[in-house]
Amino acid sequence: MSTSLSKGTPGNPETPDLWTPSQLQLDRTAYRQSRTIRSIAIAVISTVVLVGLALWGILGSAGWPRFQKAFLDLSYGKEVFLDILGGLWLNIRLMLVCGICIIVLAMLVAVVRTLRGPVFFPLRALATAYTDLFRGVPLILVLLLLGFGVPSLRIDWLPRDPLIWGCISLILVYGAYVSEVFRAGIESVHPSQRAAARSLGLSHGKMMRHVVVPQAIRRVMPPLLNDMVALQKDTGLLYVLGAVAYDAILRAKIETAQTFNYTPYVVAGLLFVLLTIPLTRFTDWIARRQGWVGGGLV
Amino acid sequence: MSLLEISGLRKSFGPNVVLNDFNLNVDAHQCVTLIGASGSGKSTLLRCINLLEVVEDGQIVLDGTDITDPRVNADEIRSRVGIVFQAFNLFPHMSVLDNITLAPRRVRGVSKDAAEADALAMLDRVGLRAKASARPDSLSGGQQQRVAIARALVNKPLLMLFDEVTSALDPELVGEVLAMMKDLKSEGMTMVIATHEMGFAKQVSDSVVFLADGSVAETGPPEQVLADPIDPRTQHFLRRIIEAGRL
Repeated sequence: MSTSLSKGTPGNPETPDLWTPSQLQLDRTAYRQSRTIRSIAIAVISTVVLVGLALWGILGSAGWPRFQKAFLDLSYGKEVFLDILGGLWLNIRLMLVCGICIIVLAMLVAVVRTLRGPVFFPLRALATAYTDLFRGVPLILVLLLLGFGVPSLRIDWLPRDPLIWGCISLILVYGAYVSEVFRAGIESVHPSQRAAARSLGLSHGKMMRHVVVPQAIRRVMPPLLNDMVALQKDTGLLYVLGAVAYDAILRAKIETAQTFNYTPYVVAGLLFVLLTIPLTRFTDWIARRQGWVGGGLV
Repeated sequence: MSLLEISGLRKSFGPNVVLNDFNLNVDAHQCVTLIGASGSGKSTLLRCINLLEVVEDGQIVLDGTDITDPRVNADEIRSRVGIVFQAFNLFPHMSVLDNITLAPRRVRGVSKDAAEADALAMLDRVGLRAKASARPDSLSGGQQQRVAIARALVNKPLLMLFDEVTSALDPELVGEVLAMMKDLKSEGMTMVIATHEMGFAKQVSDSVVFLADGSVAETGPPEQVLADPIDPRTQHFLRRIIEAGRL
């Protein structure tokens, strides 16, 4: 009666599973493998052809020798490499400090914007005005206005260092963007979750802290990390404040100004790419772990 | 030759072997009901038939075509097999009408006017023409499930699969969905139904299949399997159902 017992009882790990694939299944596996090999071959060939065509077009252009000398001077690049790498360390530190401040500020603003009830109107209005303003003004203007404007007010107790005002500009502008990311996440948590939390007697704050915000953060992790990648690059914009922050970009600019050779910019660019790649891969990994990409057959 | 012939089917998720050496034939115009405990593989079987899962071994032959062959066009097969899910799975960002016309227009390339005419006719049939421009979440569960059935039927499938379609519905809404399924049955649709509605299984099915341990434990006409089961596992399952007052 128990027809399948001879083949091992499914769902019961103690009985050994004696299944061996049938010939039909082996054929299907072989066919799928051959398709995989075929797709890999197509991918390799098309990549080689595309890259070949691009190289042929660029290397064959009339201006290539001059371009190579001005932008890809290998020995000059090596010469300035360590100097620019040292500048990159400043970019990394700026990114870490600003990143943490941005996340704290943005979460605060996002939570304030989701508060309900007339009592919170002033707070809500302030938070809304803040996001509206700093998402609208270009970062470079905020940098110039705060970096040069505030110190020129000569208010004694305010910091005079343009580097600090540069950081504050980054925090204000990115905080506005990231708070919208958080708000989207908070509002995407289904109302039934709030109802369940409140039904257990949690206050609004406790509900946000233990139920809503943790779920929201998980959902917005990829866009959040995306903004962190963008921040990493935009720390380079601080060079507009002049010789306050000897970061990678400013050092490349100084070098270029002396030799009229643009290779230092290319070196700085490559270093920034190398810096962002791990963060991008980390973002992908997080997304995959949450099952957002390539889940199943359909 | 049966319309659907399943032989030696195997599917596992990690160490959990859900279906093992599963065999089942369904003739055209037949209505087969799958019963069994939660996790016995009813849903997995339906998902395999609709190619939403890749089988690990064995064969599913639909209308003479081996649909488990990786060379077949899975999308084309899927459009010939309708499936209705437990949680409706309507697209929340589209109107009822757009939900129904999506596959005809985007898969089969039917013109907008023709697809909408078909969809409205189908909505007439399920009694929801007035809701054509409504969003799914403004409908009751029973109405949503009827839209989901209409969405599957508009592709004129060879075979309809129902995966516990009434389990998420309030009791008073179950009837309207079951009535639709009875109509379908009387029109000669071939159906495979996974359900916990034993009374309904008794009324509409030509045969009842009891799944246990990944394969068919017992199969036969409903009056035999549900009233006088042979397999001890079926007896045990039905005793618990009767204790719960569901039969």
